[in-house]
Amino acid sequence: MSASSAFNDEKGGSSNVGEPEYGHDPASGGIFSSDYKRHDDLKEMLDSNKDSLKLEAMKRIVAMIARGKNASDLFPAVVKNVACKNIEVKKLVYVYLVRYAEEQQDLALLSISTFQRGLKDPNQLIRASALRVLSSIRVTIIVPIMMLAIKEAASDMSPYVRKTAAHAIPKLYSLDPEQKDCLIEVIEKLLADKTTLVAGSVVMAFEEVCPERIDLIHKNYRKLCNLLIDVEEWGQVVIINMLTRYARTQFLNPNMNESLLEEGGGEKAFYGSDNDDDTDDEEDKEEKEKKKTEATAIVKRKPYVMDPDHRLLLRNTKPLLQSRNAAVVMAVAQLYFHLAPKAEVGVIAKALVRLMRSHSEVQYVVLQNVATMSIKRRGMFEPYLKSFYIRSTDPTQIKVLKLEVLTNLANETNISTILREFQTYIKSNDKDFVAATIQAIGRCATNIGEVRDTCLNGLVQLLSNRDELVVAESVVVIKKLLQMQPEQHSDIIKHMAKLTDNIQVPMARASILWLIGEYCEHVPKIAPDVLRKMAKTFTNEEDIVKLQIINLAAKLYLTNSKQTKLLTQYVLNLAKYDQNYDIRDRARFIRQLIVPTDKSGALSKYAKKLFLALKPAPVLESPFKDRDHFQLGSLSHLLNAKAGGYQVLPDWPEAAPDPSVRNVEVPEWTKCSSREKRKEKKADKPFYSDSEGESGPTESADSASDTASGSESGSGSEESGSGSESEESNEDSESASEEDEEEEGKKKKKNVEKIKARKPVPESESEPSSGEEVKKSEKKSKPRIGSSESESEEDEDSESESSESEEEESEEESEEETKKKKKTTASKPPSKPPKKENKKEKKEMSLLDFDDFDPAPSPSQVTPLNNFLSSSLVTDLEGLSLTDNVLSPTTIVPSGNLKTYELLHRITGEGLSVEYCFSRQPFSPDPHMVAVKIQFTNSATSEAKSLHVEDAKLQSGMRIKEFPEIEVLPAGETVSVVMGIDFCDSTQAANFQLCTHTRKFFVSIQPPVGELMMPIFMTENEFKKEQETLLQSLGQLMGMNEITEKLTLEEKCQGEHAVVQRVTTAANLSRVPCGSDKECSPPVPPPPFPIHRFAGKTVTSGSLVLVSVVTKEDGAAQLTVNCEKMVIGTMLVKDILQALTQ
Amino acid sequence: MINSLFLINPSGEIFLEKHWKSVVSRSVCDYFLEAKEKALEPEDVPPVIHTPHHYLISIYRDKLFFLSVIQTEVPPLFVIEFLHRVAEMIQDYFGECSETVVKDHMVMVYELLEEMLDNGFPLATESNVLKEMIRPPTILRSVVNTLTGTSNVGDTLPTGQPSTIPWRRAGVRYTNNEAYFDVVEEIDAILDQSGTTVFAEIQGVVEACVKLSGMPDLTLSFMNPRLLDDVSFHPCVRYKLWESERVLSFIPPDGNFTLMTYHVNAQNLVAIPVYVKQSISFFECGSDGRLDVTVGPKQTMGKTVEGVMVTVHLPKTILSINLTATQGSYTYDNGTKLLVWDIGKLNPQKLPNLRGSLSLQAGAPKPEENPSLNIDLNIQQLAISGLKVNRLDMFGEKYKPFKGVKYITKAGKFQVRT
Repeated sequence: MSASSAFNDEKGGSSNVGEPEYGHDPASGGIFSSDYKRHDDLKEMLDSNKDSLKLEAMKRIVAMIARGKNASDLFPAVVKNVACKNIEVKKLVYVYLVRYAEEQQDLALLSISTFQRGLKDPNQLIRASALRVLSSIRVTIIVPIMMLAIKEAASDMSPYVRKTAAHAIPKLYSLDPEQKDCLIEVIEKLLADKTTLVAGSVVMAFEEVCPERIDLIHKNYRKLCNLLIDVEEWGQVVIINMLTRYARTQFLNPNMNESLLEEGGGEKAFYGSDNDDDTDDEEDKEEKEKKKTEATAIVKRKPYVMDPDHRLLLRNTKPLLQSRNAAVVMAVAQLYFHLAPKAEVGVIAKALVRLMRSHSEVQYVVLQNVATMSIKRRGMFEPYLKSFYIRSTDPTQIKVLKLEVLTNLANETNISTILREFQTYIKSNDKDFVAATIQAIGRCATNIGEVRDTCLNGLVQLLSNRDELVVAESVVVIKKLLQMQPEQHSDIIKHMAKLTDNIQVPMARASILWLIGEYCEHVPKIAPDVLRKMAKTFTNEEDIVKLQIINLAAKLYLTNSKQTKLLTQYVLNLAKYDQNYDIRDRARFIRQLIVPTDKSGALSKYAKKLFLALKPAPVLESPFKDRDHFQLGSLSHLLNAKAGGYQVLPDWPEAAPDPSVRNVEVPEWTKCSSREKRKEKKADKPFYSDSEGESGPTESADSASDTASGSESGSGSEESGSGSESEESNEDSESASEEDEEEEGKKKKKNVEKIKARKPVPESESEPSSGEEVKKSEKKSKPRIGSSESESEEDEDSESESSESEEEESEEESEEETKKKKKTTASKPPSKPPKKENKKEKKEMSLLDFDDFDPAPSPSQVTPLNNFLSSSLVTDLEGLSLTDNVLSPTTIVPSGNLKTYELLHRITGEGLSVEYCFSRQPFSPDPHMVAVKIQFTNSATSEAKSLHVEDAKLQSGMRIKEFPEIEVLPAGETVSVVMGIDFCDSTQAANFQLCTHTRKFFVSIQPPVGELMMPIFMTENEFKKEQETLLQSLGQLMGMNEITEKLTLEEKCQGEHAVVQRVTTAANLSRVPCGSDKECSPPVPPPPFPIHRFAGKTVTSGSLVLVSVVTKEDGAAQLTVNCEKMVIGTMLVKDILQALTQ
Repeated sequence: MINSLFLINPSGEIFLEKHWKSVVSRSVCDYFLEAKEKALEPEDVPPVIHTPHHYLISIYRDKLFFLSVIQTEVPPLFVIEFLHRVAEMIQDYFGECSETVVKDHMVMVYELLEEMLDNGFPLATESNVLKEMIRPPTILRSVVNTLTGTSNVGDTLPTGQPSTIPWRRAGVRYTNNEAYFDVVEEIDAILDQSGTTVFAEIQGVVEACVKLSGMPDLTLSFMNPRLLDDVSFHPCVRYKLWESERVLSFIPPDGNFTLMTYHVNAQNLVAIPVYVKQSISFFECGSDGRLDVTVGPKQTMGKTVEGVMVTVHLPKTILSINLTATQGSYTYDNGTKLLVWDIGKLNPQKLPNLRGSLSLQAGAPKPEENPSLNIDLNIQQLAISGLKVNRLDMFGEKYKPFKGVKYITKAGKFQVRT
């Protein structure tokens, strides 16, 4: 109170004194006179307890800072307000603090505790801003505090805070490089972060702190590639540049074979394909692929196969060429230039040409890079030649660069157009530009023999130009050109000799003199005369001209001493007393060399040889030649000098380092790699649609609205890295999917309600089978609040109940399936808030991996295998299920129907063929695993040794129990082993490598859903009870766990036996013996038709699977599957349906 | 990355400085000012200057130099692009980007810069995110602010930042939901003396003004997407869907933004809407010259060509001109030797003509080159490439938005050599 009143007094007083402007005019000029006083004023305001006054004061102070005025003496007054409640005052105080803390370290410490408090704030924004300011305060003493704060923030829940932590790392590093090791740990941790928000910032930190630690990238490489498209623009630039360097160390040069081919040939081929680029991308791709294979075919040795990771990078960066951000486009362009196979580099040209429409600064940088690129890859830009035509309104530096590009692009076919264009430029008023054009013409003339004469004639015409600069430049260029073939052009030399009378530009005069001296034999009559004239004007010439006069004199003396002896003496005498010591030196030297005297040494004998040696013609080269050893797009490249902190772009390695370092624990990759190769060869699909699924979670937003196209793409989510990896992407997809689903969801909701009405809610005897179920049912009970994911589940149900379209259904199923799968994987990391996580999981799944499994194998592929099921076991099973009821014979698994699947074909396996089947035996070492019987047949001529499994790459949660190593498999022999796989109740494939002593094969086992369960015995009553329980666990909405399908049984399988057999073949279930069968006349009236019931449980989680088939007249039947795992249920219905109807 | 930023006016005065790392003395700008002195035009200042300890990267925009100081390797385009974003941000916030505007809102600009970069690395560059953190000034708000002392700084968490669609803020509400798209095509061309086309291409841009509530998901499709040769998108556009189906699917930012830019397939011949008959000649002997320019419609697809303007940079040796225009008016600045002839609407019946005499400075030689003519024009309701928007669908929201598409053709860098 007192302070404020004091202030008021003060203010009143001051205004009385007549300086009212201080209160209103912040930091305008004219206040130097009372600097001291003014600051007093501000201090008063800061001390007041009115926020508005403080704000006003802070604004004035910040305005001072912005103008670069010193406000450091206010530090104590300002820092007091760091804890101010008003958020704007606080912000401005932060701004001030960051600016002056370095100068006032002790006082700055006062503020630290505020930030430490802020770091614990529940609001992520406040935590982030506290960290931001804390780390920006450049006070060495707080380094430990910063370190602690960064470490803590790196594991913050909010990605925004983690991003801030990443930003803080380089700040701390620049403050105290000692902390490097600790910081690298934090970087390593943040690199593993899966949010797009963090990725860019942490890579930036990586680049500043430890760019040499390329090993940290291995594990995150694929993730970064996949996230890239969703990272913010600035992060993209940093990541792409870093990945370029990474790829240079890890992959092989894709052009290594082509480098053997003739340079020109390669370019021609390339040019052709580039033209087509405009017409059709698809065709073009194919063509390019063909070309590539052709190219490799030519070079027979060591076929190059691109590492799939290398391909991944190229593929995932390509769409970014469409970015609006020039820096991103440039980053991708340089990546392609440095990493892509020659045939693919062309795609960047179009984008780069587009950038030329941008601001002139952008043009400037892009043209520099294009100039460098166009030397190595001329064909790439040839179609865009006209885009480099120069307008009179372009700034000079742009003109010169365009000229450079045009010159680089010139070849036999387009030179005439280019020269015509050059002719226009020569008339320009911008003389620097004209000079550059003349040089460009000279370069074209040297490079392209055909036009040399034309150019020369053109240049000679320029010699009569009125502008001296033009003439001079022409002379210099002509001189260079003439050096190539002087014999034919003595008339030009004569013409130029005449010019000495007029041209005043020293460089031009010197050039002419040099020419005459050099070729004095071609102009024997004129040369001495020129010397005579020059001798007259010697004293008035510029130094370089004088030197050339001496030079000319010496040469003439040697060739034609009779006529020029005296002249030479005269010139040398003049030079002897010249003011310039260079000229005096030269004169002395030459005199000794050429004039024979008694004392003259041995050298004078060779004088003629020395002076008139044949000089090689100059090579007119682009200044951009070999600039590409700098990473394109970099500052160093632009300056053609290494800038501080520039990381050298390494050369390709001779042999590729181990690619497995990039494997992440959770696999899915091996399969892809093989698949990818196939795809590359075929290339029958457009590039993008086929990568859609593969590039994984990050693209979910794209595919969200388009599940159909996604499932077509068929290649699964293998590339998505790991289940857990995709977690974060749900954030991305969430928003997108929400909209998409919301509307649909609402429609569906109506459906569901209808269903509700149809089906009476069963008596609630709530005994939920799992926690998850409870949650679901809760959600169901408040459907309005339920977000889209619960709706989509409902969709699923209503679909399967009412949908007629098979296709649609399968889509839904797959969606469901993946949802489920991810749910299981997601539940692993416990740190996250489970509910929210769950929600997200489901949602993004539905958008993503709809296609990561194949439908049940069609029977056509299936071949029966010998009955290898140990019969004893079957009897055991039988015994287990034996009850008072008569066991129908069909309960026994018809073992003869076991399907075998091919694991490795004889040809790909080089003689080793491997088949597998699901033996349906319990796997004794681990009851949660599915037993897979693997049969090796060695049809090769030599024996295979040490067959074993290696390097399993599994979905999270999946486990594998390898079979014992088979030491020797002689030729022609067959051997079977059993291995166990825990599929986690999903139909995801288990991928692993099958190794022999010589080779490794990537293989994968994908279980049909029916093999994921094992039979259990149950009585009919138990069955009914369980069925009811399952239904009731849903609360009001039934149908969640029950899927019913109507079907028409085929002629052949209308019998009971057939039905049972088909069902048990399709799924590993046991039949529930029932009294109400056909044979035993039913005492209970309701089911007038026979019901076949089957029971089983899933292998991993032990969830019940109940199947009942009601057969009616005329082969009509109804199939009902109850399973709490909906995905399994839906898939099972489909499989059984297929088994029964075919 | 970016160490400091200086804003410099054309006369070389540094009127704002901002440092993100240690303070760099403003004397570093001397290198730049030196280069600026050397350059004839502001555009000729090299964008990248190498000084002993720093690198200076600058842009010239809206008559202001934005100069950034760099200490270590960084992609130059990264910095240039960022500087342009700064200029765009100022433009977006205050309606224009000029020295006065920056000086008037010094503190706010400074705060914005503080938010845009952290330690020299871009943090928040999306205008929607920034606007949530620091509210743009409006007249009403500035009045209220002065009265109540409240602030422009948002005290809520900017929701856009942590989300993955940073370009859109949450909770947008409009009473009138509308979405407008302007398809603007520019013809870049060089014509030679005889009127033949040396080079011509069409560059297009789709500018959008979307004011829709909630989180609309829009899909824009074209009748003839095959025309589009090379495209670049706002980050909101889903690349994959474009690649597979040639539709633009996106959740739009709120307000005005550039949805896409495109280049029309070069194989299609470009229709040049006007022709220019010109003759500029100087007499060898006397200090005299003649100028005669006629503009007429050529391929206009039945539309009227409007806003025609001819700009000529006359040679430096011209002393004075004496011209008469049959339509429109011309202005001539003897200092810059810039002749601007504003024709307006093109009437096919009566072709506009500008003719008269030019007088050279006494004794000056006949100019080497005739000046080239830069043509400006626009044609309403026509996309010269023939591109047509097919339909716009909205998902995710229930209301019916009002939709509109407008086509304009303009001259881009349209130059006639003489």
